[in-house]
Amino acid sequence: MKKLVMALAASTAALAFTAAPAAAQDKTKACWIYVGPIGDFGYSYQHHQGLLDVEEHFGDKVETAYLESVPEGADAERAIERFARSGCDIIFATSFGFMDPVQKVAAKFPDIKFEHATGFKRDHPNVATYNSRFHEGRYVQGVIAAQISEKGEAGYIASFPIPEVVMGINAFMLGAQSVNPDFKVKIVWANTWFDAGKEADAAKALLDQGVDVITQHTDSTAPLQVAGERGIKGFGQASDMIKFAPDTQLTSIVDDWGPYYIERVQAVMDGSWEQQDVWGGMKDGHVVMAPYTNMPDDVKAAAEAVEAKIRDEGFNPFTGPVYKQDGTLWLEEGEVAPDGDVLSINFYVKGVDDQLPN
Amino acid sequence: MRLELIKRPQHSVLFSAISPLIALVLTMIAGAIMFSVLGKNPLDALYYYFIDPLRETWSLHELAIKAAPLILIAVGLSVCFLSNNWNIGAEGQFIAGAIAGSILPVVFPDFQNWLVLPLMLIMGMAGGAAYAAVPAFLKARFNTNEILTSLMLVYVAELFLDWIVRGPWRDPGGMNFPETRDFHSFAILPELMPAAGRANWGIVFAIIAALVLWFVLGKTRKGFEIRVLGQSPRAGRFAGFSASRMVMVAFLISGALAGLAGISEVAGAIGQLQPSISPGYGFTAIIVAFLGRLNPLGIVAAGFVLALSYLGGEAAQISLGLSDKAARAFQGMLLFFVLGCDTLIHYRIRLVGRAPQVREAAEHV
Repeated sequence: MKKLVMALAASTAALAFTAAPAAAQDKTKACWIYVGPIGDFGYSYQHHQGLLDVEEHFGDKVETAYLESVPEGADAERAIERFARSGCDIIFATSFGFMDPVQKVAAKFPDIKFEHATGFKRDHPNVATYNSRFHEGRYVQGVIAAQISEKGEAGYIASFPIPEVVMGINAFMLGAQSVNPDFKVKIVWANTWFDAGKEADAAKALLDQGVDVITQHTDSTAPLQVAGERGIKGFGQASDMIKFAPDTQLTSIVDDWGPYYIERVQAVMDGSWEQQDVWGGMKDGHVVMAPYTNMPDDVKAAAEAVEAKIRDEGFNPFTGPVYKQDGTLWLEEGEVAPDGDVLSINFYVKGVDDQLPN
Repeated sequence: MRLELIKRPQHSVLFSAISPLIALVLTMIAGAIMFSVLGKNPLDALYYYFIDPLRETWSLHELAIKAAPLILIAVGLSVCFLSNNWNIGAEGQFIAGAIAGSILPVVFPDFQNWLVLPLMLIMGMAGGAAYAAVPAFLKARFNTNEILTSLMLVYVAELFLDWIVRGPWRDPGGMNFPETRDFHSFAILPELMPAAGRANWGIVFAIIAALVLWFVLGKTRKGFEIRVLGQSPRAGRFAGFSASRMVMVAFLISGALAGLAGISEVAGAIGQLQPSISPGYGFTAIIVAFLGRLNPLGIVAAGFVLALSYLGGEAAQISLGLSDKAARAFQGMLLFFVLGCDTLIHYRIRLVGRAPQVREAAEHV
């Protein structure tokens, strides 16, 4: 069989056989696993931008590799183990669903560093977790939406009812209510992170219900494009999507993983890597707002002011008084929600027109 | 001008035997061209695709893990397809089996002894079979189209699984994240050789199922009945075989095996229920079944070939930076050539069109 393969390939290509290229020993090898395609121009795309930042920063000192569209489940463990065995010094697993596979493989390869995005398990000393406070950006979006919307109602395309997404909805709502206390938000659960068709359908359903601004916690550019066709404004997701919707995008929350990845690869090179749990936000440069466009100057000024308040003054979107959807008080005047409560949040704040799937 | 497929009066025994090899050769040639166009060394690419995953023991274990559900589901489907029952819903039966089998470790986590695992496997098979019984009953009783009903039930199962892991079965200690508690050690399908890799008993179940069904289909009266009813329902009825009972039998066997694959996957490679437990095994198994020509032993080989193509695609991505899309296109080529070669053994291509008109024109002159 092996001979057959070789003979055939040789006859068709007439190229010299070169065995697996041996990795140079002095290079640090950093590897990434993405849940989606790097062509999603959203979540996985942004992680890949981080990989490219690492390459640019370290040049010849680093070697990189990645796997895209790795399904969450039994396949993830194999993909991670393959990386571990292929000489990676640090492995970034960039989706929540890779959590348990990361722990299992990390147990077998104590000398390799594992970094898991958006998870909470750090069963072994060689596993660190990292995430970003994207909801800070969603608070700013809420402030903008409440000023753009004439009807006082926004449409929200959500992916899965996990804390990450629920906290985003709540932050958006609180931002909007800081401008218009009666603001409402309608939600459609797309049950996908990336499916242009479903996301477009969700956007249409929301627009048909009469909302006049939309936002999304799914990764494709389809909702923005649908909004554009109807002459409605919207927000990009994970990356700056302005070139897909030049007349539609108000701003976008840009996940800038580059600085974190550079820092952690550097730590591996220095031998100073340690387990940690990082939840970086605007002040760390992990969450960046794309330029404010397609909005009046006063709205832009208001958005910039809120952004500065979060980034420079350490304002937390979950600062009381905040009421739960059922009207009970969650946070007292001036009380700030502990990170732990926000990270496991499973209820809406007041004004969300939806029942949390439970 | 158009192409027509004409059935050959008899097909060549020699070419039937070597057709998979021809397909493999054609795939490699076409693949090598694609890899060259993409600027990769085609030799390297083919090496990573077909050889690299077979080089190391751990990788062979991974191959077994990937192949086991495909083979288990596909041998069950072969019974359905041979008896002319188009069960497209194995993915749903896989999920139903996984959920039914998970009742013990998730709902009764304190019930821990050696009985748990066998019970889980039985409940998994029962769950898959019960779920397959729905389209089977509808077909046998109301003559509904089983392709549609079984397919639609896949989406029902997926959404039910999604709901149950976010709702009632959510891990109480899991920070609201959508997954069940980890299965306790009595509920885990043991690994065959833990020191060497993580392949578990799933592959053993798959091979046993294939051997049993190979014997039943080829050597027993029941197997004969399945074939006759599949090829000629009328002849089957004259022979006294009940077509509606066969619908039930075929779906139950296929559903039970898909359910066993489902519970083996969650109790083995995954270790808990998650919102998504299958990257489409139930659908890929349809391809495996036909690639193996609906012969259980052929299906074992086909299952390993398809599993290899997944692993090889990954190896090529990592080592050569080949994109995921190119890896999948290559997989598509393999299936295209295999099915194409099979077709050309039974049919030949004829060009129809121009020729008769030309003759007609000549006559008029």
